[in-house]
Amino acid sequence: MSSAVFSRSLVKPQWVLPSRGRVGMISLIAAESAIFTIFVVAYIFYIGKSLADPMPKDVLEAPIFNTICLLSSSLTIHLAVRALRNAKVGAFGLWWFLTMMLGAVFLAGTGREWQRLIVENGLTISTNLFGTTYYSLVGLHAFHVTVGLIALATVTIFTALGKVKPEHSERVEVFSLYWHFVDVVWVIVFTVVYVIGR
Amino acid sequence: MTCSERTRKVVSKVAGIAVLLAGILLAAKLSAGASAGPSQIPSIFKPDSTPADSIFNLSLLVLGVTGFIFAVVFSLLAYCVAKYRRRSGDEDREPPQVYGSNRVELAWTVIPILIVLVLFLATARVIHSIQDAPKPPGTIEVVAIGHQFWWEFRYPALGVVTANELHVPVSDPSHPSPTFITLLSADTDHSFWVPRLAGKTDLIPNRVNHTWIDPHETGLYLGQCAQYCGTQHAKMLLRVYVDSHEQFDRWVQEERKPAVVNGAAEDGRRIFETTACMNCHAVLGTVANGRFGPDLTHLMNRATIASGAAPNNPEELRMWIQNPDLIKPGSLMPAMKLSGPDLSALTTYLETLR
Amino acid sequence: MSSERLALSVVDHGPRSIGERLNDWVVTVDHKKLGILYILYALLFLIIGGIEATIMRIQLVVPHNHFVSPEVFNRMFTMHGTTMIFFVAMPILFGFGTYLVPLMIGARDMAFPRLNALSFWLTAFGGLLLYYSFIGGSGLYGAGNAPDVGWFAYAPLTSRAFSPGHSTDFWTLGLLVSGIGSIGTAVNFIATILCMRCPGMTLGKMPLLAWLNLVMAGMVILAVSPLTAAQIMLSIDRYLGGHFFDTQAGGSAALWMHFFWIFGHPEVYVLIIPAFAFASEIIPVFSRKPIFGYPVMVAATACIGFVSFSVWAHHMFTIGMSSYANSFFTITTMAVGVPTGIKIFNWIGTMWGGKIQFRAPMLFSIGFLFQFLIAGLTGIMLAACPFDWQLGNSYFVVAHFHYVIVGGILFTIFGAFYYWLPKMSGRMYSETLAKWHFWLFFIGFHLTFDFMHIPGILGMPRRIYTYEPGRGWDIWNLIVTIGVFFQIAGVLVFVANLLWSFLRGEASGNDPWDAWTLEWSTSAPPPEYNFATIPVVRSRRPLWDIKHPEDPDWKYE
Repeated sequence: MSSAVFSRSLVKPQWVLPSRGRVGMISLIAAESAIFTIFVVAYIFYIGKSLADPMPKDVLEAPIFNTICLLSSSLTIHLAVRALRNAKVGAFGLWWFLTMMLGAVFLAGTGREWQRLIVENGLTISTNLFGTTYYSLVGLHAFHVTVGLIALATVTIFTALGKVKPEHSERVEVFSLYWHFVDVVWVIVFTVVYVIGR
Repeated sequence: MTCSERTRKVVSKVAGIAVLLAGILLAAKLSAGASAGPSQIPSIFKPDSTPADSIFNLSLLVLGVTGFIFAVVFSLLAYCVAKYRRRSGDEDREPPQVYGSNRVELAWTVIPILIVLVLFLATARVIHSIQDAPKPPGTIEVVAIGHQFWWEFRYPALGVVTANELHVPVSDPSHPSPTFITLLSADTDHSFWVPRLAGKTDLIPNRVNHTWIDPHETGLYLGQCAQYCGTQHAKMLLRVYVDSHEQFDRWVQEERKPAVVNGAAEDGRRIFETTACMNCHAVLGTVANGRFGPDLTHLMNRATIASGAAPNNPEELRMWIQNPDLIKPGSLMPAMKLSGPDLSALTTYLETLR
Repeated sequence: MSSERLALSVVDHGPRSIGERLNDWVVTVDHKKLGILYILYALLFLIIGGIEATIMRIQLVVPHNHFVSPEVFNRMFTMHGTTMIFFVAMPILFGFGTYLVPLMIGARDMAFPRLNALSFWLTAFGGLLLYYSFIGGSGLYGAGNAPDVGWFAYAPLTSRAFSPGHSTDFWTLGLLVSGIGSIGTAVNFIATILCMRCPGMTLGKMPLLAWLNLVMAGMVILAVSPLTAAQIMLSIDRYLGGHFFDTQAGGSAALWMHFFWIFGHPEVYVLIIPAFAFASEIIPVFSRKPIFGYPVMVAATACIGFVSFSVWAHHMFTIGMSSYANSFFTITTMAVGVPTGIKIFNWIGTMWGGKIQFRAPMLFSIGFLFQFLIAGLTGIMLAACPFDWQLGNSYFVVAHFHYVIVGGILFTIFGAFYYWLPKMSGRMYSETLAKWHFWLFFIGFHLTFDFMHIPGILGMPRRIYTYEPGRGWDIWNLIVTIGVFFQIAGVLVFVANLLWSFLRGEASGNDPWDAWTLEWSTSAPPPEYNFATIPVVRSRRPLWDIKHPEDPDWKYE
C-alpha cells in the first residue's frame, strides 16, 4: 500500500543527503567539546585559587616537542586520507602508521611529564586545586588520544592484512575528523594550561 | 461525538478553573484578612519587613499580569473547545485547511515581548533595591553560621554568641534599625528562610552571603532551613524574636554575661566538664569552649531545644541528652549514655544556665 | 534508495519457540522493537517511581508522621526524582522517537541501528545500577544504600565526608552510564533526520515530530555532556582525592550548581520538546486541520532550544549572585516564555475553525494545553527573581515542575500511547476505559498539584520528611495526598486498557484516525522493513495529498 509514489520527474532530479558517518561524528565531536568545555571552565575558574603548593609556574614546562608531534600528526593523517582517496593504499599505510607513531610519542611524552611532576615535584591529583584540575584536563585529553590510538592501531593492522581498500576512504576520513578534534582540543588545553594558567 | 462529550469537556475546563480559583481564594483568605501582626503561619503574603514587602508588591504585579494572560488564553481555549467540536451529521467534509497567518503570528509575538519587558524592568528594580540596600547607622550586624542541623548566631559588635533563636530589634521606618545578617556555613549548603521577613538566602561553605531584615512589628516569626542539608534538614527550624528596643538591649546584656554560677549544680557542672559535653559545647566563663555544637551559656533563655525540634523543658532536655534519636534521629548529637543520677545532675546544671 | 518495486515472497519459518522470540527482542537492532523496549522499560519505572512518590505523600499526610524514617524519606525523594527524569521520561520519549522518526521520514531504520541498541541497553543498565544501590554493599553507618542526596546532588553534601559509603556513587555511575546511552541516541536521531529522509522530504516538509526530535537531540548533545563532566569530577573528588567541589581545599560548591544546572535546565526542555511534538501531531489530526504556522513552530522550537541554554542560574537565584547576574537570568528566563507561548497560541490556532473530535488522544492533548499554560505562568512567576527568593526551594516550585512534567509531559505521553498504540500493535484500545483513565487522572492531578502550590506560599520548604503543625500546612498536605490515590486509579485503568487492547482489542486497520503522515501508510504493526518501496513526497502531509488529489497540500505550502 505505498501509493505515495509520485513520478520521479516531479521531484528534484538528485536526492542527495549528507553522509551518516560524517554527521554522526560531528555530533559526537560536539558532545565531546561540551565535556571538554566544562573541564576547561573549571580549570580557568580555579587558576590562582589553590591553598597549597606547588603552583603552576613552579613546576610546569611547556611540552613543545610533544605538541609539535601531535599537531604534525594532523597533517600526516590528512595526507593518509588523501592518499587512500587517490587509491594509493601503500602511501596511505605509511602516513597512517606515521600518524599513530606521532600520537604514541605524544602520549609517552605526557607520561614522562607526569612522572616528573609526581616524583620530583610532588604534584598529584589530590595535592591542591591545581593538581586536581591539571591532571583531570590533561588526563581527559590523553584518554581521548588513547582511544584514537586504539582506532589507529586497528586500522593499521587491517592495512597490514591487506583489507583496506580505496572504497573505505570515507570511513577513514570520518575517523580523521575525530583525530583533528583531538588536536584542536590540545591547542586549547595547551593555551589554557601552559600559557594562560602559568 | 455527542453533546454530552462536549458538555463534559467544557465542564471539565470550568471544573479545573473552579478548583484553581477555590484554592487561590482560600489562600488569599488565609493570607489577607487578619491584621499584620505576627501569627504562626509563615505566609509570604503577610510580609512584615521591607524585603518581604517589596517582594509582595512585585508579586501583585506578576500575579496580575499572569492572571490576565491566563484569563485570555483560557477563554480562547474554552471557546475553541466548545464552538469547534465536530457535530454529528457533519463528518463528511473537512473544515477549511488554514496553514497560518503572518499577521496573527506577529501580534502574538510582539505583545508577549512587551509584557516580558515590563515585568523585567519592575523585577530588576526590586532586585537592586533589596540586594544593594545601604546600611543605615542603626544597623545590627549578625553572623549566622549554618551547621548540620542547627543555627549559630554571633553578634560581633555586641559580643553575643547564641544558637537557633535570633533576637533582633524592631525597626521604625523613620529611624531604621535593620539587622544585616552575614551568612556562612560550617559544613554543607543551608538556606535562611523566614518568609514574613525576607526571601531566602543560602548559606554555602567557602562563600560569604548577606541578607537583611527590618521587622515592623514585635513578636515571633517562624522559618526553617530551606536547602536540603542532610538527614535532619526538616527539623533545622528558625525562630526570630523581634523585640522592642528596650527588650532587645536587655536581652543583649543578659547574653553577654558569663554563665550563672550556682553552687547547687556543682555535680552537674563537673559531669558536663569531664564527659564529652565540653568537646562540642561552650559555656562562657567555664572551661567548656567547644564550637561544634550550640553555645549553651544561656540555654534556658530559649523556648526550644534541638533547633526547634522540641520544647525546652526538663523532660525533653533529659530525653535529648539521653537519646537524641527519639527527638531528631540522624542529628549529630550523640547519645550520652549517662546513668540516671548523672543525667539528673547534668540536667539540673543545664537548667541553671539562664 | 530507489523506488523500484521489490519482489517479496512469503517465507514461512515455522512456529517460533518462546525462547527464540525473546531472543529476537534481546538482540534486535530494529528501531521499532527498540522503541517498544524503551517504552516498556519506562512504564516499569513509572510504577516504581510512583510507589516512591506515594510513600512520600503518605509520610506527609499529617505532621510528625512516622510512616517512614527520615533516612528512608530522603532516599525516596532522591530516587523518585532521579528515576522519573532519567528512567521514565527520557526513555519513554526516546522510545516513541526511535519508533516513529524513521517511519515518519520514510526510512527503513535509524542511521545506526547497532548504536541504537547499544544506547538502549546502556540506559537500561544505568537504571539497574542505580537501583542496585538499595541492596548493594554496606558502607559506613549502613550507608551503602540508595542515594539520599537529592536528584541534583549538591556539593559538598555528596563529598565523602558527608556521604560515606557508596550510595552517592551508584547515583553518579548509574547516570553516567545512561547519559552515554542518551548521547548515543541523540547522535542517532541527528544522523537519521539529516541523512535518511525519503526523496522529496526537505527539512521544510518533514513532520513536526521529526523537527522537534532533531532540536531535542541537539540539546541532549550539548546538555548531557556537562552532567557527564561534572559526574567525572565528583568521582575524582570521591575516589582520587580531588578537590573540584571540596570547600575545605578552596573548591566551590556553587561550581557544581552551575555545571549541574547547565545540564538541568536544558534537560527539562529536552523532556518537554518531544511532548510538544506529540501535541503537534495529535491536535491537527483531531481538529481536522493542518498545524497552524508550521514555520513559526519550527522557529519557536529552535529559539527555545537556544535560549534555554542561557537561563540555568534561575535555579540558583538564592545562592547570592550579584544583582546583575540575577537580573540577567531573570530576563533570559522570561524571554524563553515568549516562543513557548507562541506555540500554545499556534495549537489553539490549529483547533480554531476545526472539527474537533474528543477521542482519548485529543482529550489528553487539551488537558496538556490547559495545564501547560498554567505551568508556564507559574514559571514566569518564579522567573521574577525576588519572587523566587520566597517561592524557590518550596512546595510552590515542586508544584510548578510537576505541573509541567505530569500535567504537560505525562498527559501528552498518555495521548501518544492512545494515538500510536493502534499502529504499534494493530489493535484498538477501549475508548470507555480511556475516558475513565483521563477523568480519574485529571481529578487526581488537580487535587494534588493545584493545592500543592499553597503550602509553598505559606512557607513550606521542599525535601522535608515532616513538618510542624500549626503553620497552616496540614489541610493542604492532606488534600495533596488524597489526589495521589485518584492518580493511581487512573494509571491502573490505563494499564488495564493496554492489556485489554492486546487481548480483546479489535483490529485497528492501518489508519484508524484518517491521519496524514507517512507512518499511517504502513500496515499495523508495520513490517520489519517499514516500507516495501521508499515513498516520494511532495508536501508535509503526503497522505492528505493522496486522499485529496483535487486539493493537495503542495499547492498551498
